[in-house]
Amino acid sequence: MSTPPLDATAAVPLDEAPVAPTRRRRRLDGSVLGMILRNRKAAFGLAILIFFGAVAILAPVISPYDPDKFVARPHQPPSRDFLFGTTGSGEDVLSQTIWGARISLGTGVIVGVAVTLIGMVIGMSAGYFRGRVDDLLSLIMNVFLIIPALPLLVILAAFLPPGFWTIVAVLTVTGWAWGGRVLRSQTLSLREKDFVSSAVVSGENSYRIIFREILPNMMSIVVAGMFGAVTFAIGSQAGLEFLGLGNPSAISWGTNLYWAQNNSALLTGAWWTFVPSGASIALVAFAFTLVNYAIDEVTNPRLRSQRETANALKKAHQKLGTSRATPVIRERGTASGTATGD
Amino acid sequence: MAILERHTTPPAPTRDAAEPLVRVEDLKVDYLSGRGPVRAVDGVSFALKPGEVLGLAGESGSGKSTIAQAMLRILQPPAVITGGHVHFGGRDVLDMSDDELADFRWRDMSMVFQSAMNSLNPVMTIGDQIMDAIRAHEDVSAGEARKRAQELLETVGIEAKRIDSYPHQLSGGMRQRAVIAIALALRPPLMIMDEPTTALDVVVQKEIMYQITELREQLGFSILFITHDLSLLVEISDRIAIMYAGQIVELAPARELFEHPLHPYTQGLMSSFPALTGERVKLTGIPGSPPDLRTPPTGCRFHPRCAHRMPHCSQIVPQLAEVQPDHFVACHLYPQSTPGGAA
Amino acid sequence: MSTITTADQPIAITAPTDNVMEVDHLSVRFPVGGLFDKRAVHALTDVSFTLPRAKVVALVGESGSGKSTTAKVLARLVKPTEGRILYQGRDILKEEPRKASLTYRNEVQMVFQDPFGSLNPAHPISYLLERPLRIHGVVKGRQAIQERVEYLLDTVGLRPANEVKDKFPYELSGGQRQRVAFARALAVEPKVMLADEPVSMLDVSIRVGVLNLMEHLKEKQGISFLYITHDIASARYIGDQTNVMYAGRMVESAESRELIAAPAHPYTKLLLSAVPNPRAGLRTQEAPTRGEIPSLVDPPAGCPFAARCPHVMPVCRETMPGITHLAADHWVRCHLHGAGDAAAD
Repeated sequence: MSTPPLDATAAVPLDEAPVAPTRRRRRLDGSVLGMILRNRKAAFGLAILIFFGAVAILAPVISPYDPDKFVARPHQPPSRDFLFGTTGSGEDVLSQTIWGARISLGTGVIVGVAVTLIGMVIGMSAGYFRGRVDDLLSLIMNVFLIIPALPLLVILAAFLPPGFWTIVAVLTVTGWAWGGRVLRSQTLSLREKDFVSSAVVSGENSYRIIFREILPNMMSIVVAGMFGAVTFAIGSQAGLEFLGLGNPSAISWGTNLYWAQNNSALLTGAWWTFVPSGASIALVAFAFTLVNYAIDEVTNPRLRSQRETANALKKAHQKLGTSRATPVIRERGTASGTATGD
Repeated sequence: MAILERHTTPPAPTRDAAEPLVRVEDLKVDYLSGRGPVRAVDGVSFALKPGEVLGLAGESGSGKSTIAQAMLRILQPPAVITGGHVHFGGRDVLDMSDDELADFRWRDMSMVFQSAMNSLNPVMTIGDQIMDAIRAHEDVSAGEARKRAQELLETVGIEAKRIDSYPHQLSGGMRQRAVIAIALALRPPLMIMDEPTTALDVVVQKEIMYQITELREQLGFSILFITHDLSLLVEISDRIAIMYAGQIVELAPARELFEHPLHPYTQGLMSSFPALTGERVKLTGIPGSPPDLRTPPTGCRFHPRCAHRMPHCSQIVPQLAEVQPDHFVACHLYPQSTPGGAA
Repeated sequence: MSTITTADQPIAITAPTDNVMEVDHLSVRFPVGGLFDKRAVHALTDVSFTLPRAKVVALVGESGSGKSTTAKVLARLVKPTEGRILYQGRDILKEEPRKASLTYRNEVQMVFQDPFGSLNPAHPISYLLERPLRIHGVVKGRQAIQERVEYLLDTVGLRPANEVKDKFPYELSGGQRQRVAFARALAVEPKVMLADEPVSMLDVSIRVGVLNLMEHLKEKQGISFLYITHDIASARYIGDQTNVMYAGRMVESAESRELIAAPAHPYTKLLLSAVPNPRAGLRTQEAPTRGEIPSLVDPPAGCPFAARCPHVMPVCRETMPGITHLAADHWVRCHLHGAGDAAAD
């Protein structure tokens, strides 16, 4: 490492020799993606999501049959020709599951993004401007929070013409307020930081402060919220469709479940007609939960420290025991005391 | 203030007065991270005699707080102790089991933390927190514990009737006194104080320092006093150790260090405090900043910032050696520090 | 200043004092409690002082003294409940009551205490320095802006500037970040810099460098500094004038060395005696007075120091002392020195 120069003769009396230039680390390290990849559980979750995403995108290519077509006798158990069997109407369950990913994931993502954007604009404005603006926006948020979501969902879905966009609209309307509240409180606390005051003193205008100064520091919460919103959307959509409030002729995991139930799947023992779609929903939700492990490490850095310590110790063939005392791991030799978890 | 009796059994009697109370030997502490370990404490050794005040001075990254917490084994992940010994009462703290540690902590060695707000439980009264400490170690009734807690509060200068106050109802100075009372609860022979007055106003700081001195004279415990404020240390310490980048670079009696600092870093530190009186002199401080411990400088860690550096300073690590009676320095300016003689 | 000599003696004619900023009877009260609670925290009460051109005025006090609030009021981050701010003779609060003008922001800048909080961790240094340049149109054009950014970093001693500017705040040390904060404030070529405890959170050996930087900027660029600190020794080091604050009030003001050599207010004396003095041991001094800074919520009448003052008199608990001038630049608010004028200036 080179010795930085000491400039004691500069006209300027201040000599702060900077640390020798650090190798420019890839931005990936600090970004959300980097965080996820470093955490094994989260990386696994991400892999599942990518898998399902690929399935949805490649549906026309990988689906063995047209999901709407009658291809075989109804309620056939899984076989070589029909890996997941057939539905009560003789359609291929595998193809339906694959195609169902499109609408289910698509709705989830669109609603997730919409809910996050609305929550961001309203919540951050309330948190930053405070005063009367906050009073009004908080009132609106609270109203939407108090209204019971499921009945509202049901009523709206029943009144509006059934279809993809109805579901999207209904889910967005009932789902944005929670995230908005969270973002509001986060904005309230970040607003007190010196770098915000500093931007004010520099003459920045309010919108730049909100979106270019405060928001970048909230990204982990925004992303976590978005994941939660997507999960909520996928699950709620399935629920609505299961109740028959969706468009029954569309193919999605929820409608698959609806039809399975309609065709008395349980009574006839045709478990293969609802297990794939149900399992897909559960897996996707599970994957988001795993990814949230990584997000949690941002808000609670101690989790990250614990994980890194455990990983490093594993390399040294030690285990972090249940003891909370500082472990003693002597170099070149066996560990003493509580490090091996006795 | 009444002198309280010791309620706990004192440590095993020492053979002679010169036997140190605690001896830290070659302590090494690493912080593990995804990018490799960072050695925060690199082979630190020192000893404390009974009743002595040893000051530990250093800036950020010096490792002084890490040492304190390592001695009590309360460092949290990602910190790991990787070498050395902490000898106390014939045992090595680093070898103790959880049960032994639970007994050892607070009874033999306790700690006063920097920010009382961080170390006091906000939802418990200070009386309860003191009693907790007592009853965790001794089998006494609640009434007895309460009485002792009241005595302790009086000892540290808080009115006994405030035993049922919550931390937020006390001023900053009173909270720090409460933290001291908790640390004193079992009358340990050694108290570690990690920046106990840094978060306080200067007037309150003086009161607390005065209180600590009084307590020490009354009760006779040793103190490991950790701070970045060298002028505080000169006032209260018997000896002072200066730390830089995880190593001790100078160790001497307080007055001696103040009047004749030998290490360039110590000299630089001394010239960083604007004086209240005397000629208005332009200070220089120390150019540069403390090193990144992931890639510490080779040889003497201070050499990049040292005005007296010589060619071999970047190659050979100076050893802490006694260059004057009871005055230890680790610097190649003094030939005793250079192993194998000066280059 | 010119002198006209008559045959016998010269008469000095001085130019009028060149105050870039004047604060007049400033008070700040924050309501506490809920809707029906009329209590208020009196963060600042009746504070008046001046900031001359190209000088450093130090505001010294402990927590609750109101020194940071003063800076925030002058930075127009906080609205005062009463009082005037005169910037270059203009009544700012009257001229721009709702929002500070871009001109004001151009000429009055601020450096904050926490080097780890005052730089947005999401942006590289170059962005942080570019923004003020763009907002105020100090220079235009990408090339010119980049050059100015490097020049600013150079001015505050961060070298090599072209490498530092691409770093993120987390890659710099506390002292380096604080220098960046100064660079950012300097970018707009201000006339006044409000420095709120700029070195308190820095390592001791780094503080001096930053203090020297402030002095250098004062001399070379003629910037006036309001230096806020709790460390009276550093106030003496770079302050030309030092004002002492206690519980929201200004209690004494004097040229820095004069204040330390001849403090008039008992609180100033207490403050000076509390500074650690390595030359004397703790034991040789008498036990310090106990006492705490009083609550600022609806404080009682009279001098706020009355509860702790060793020389307290009955009048102290009834009326706040006015300003008594002891010398040309030295005034105090203390009944020991007279009742003083109720109004300042």
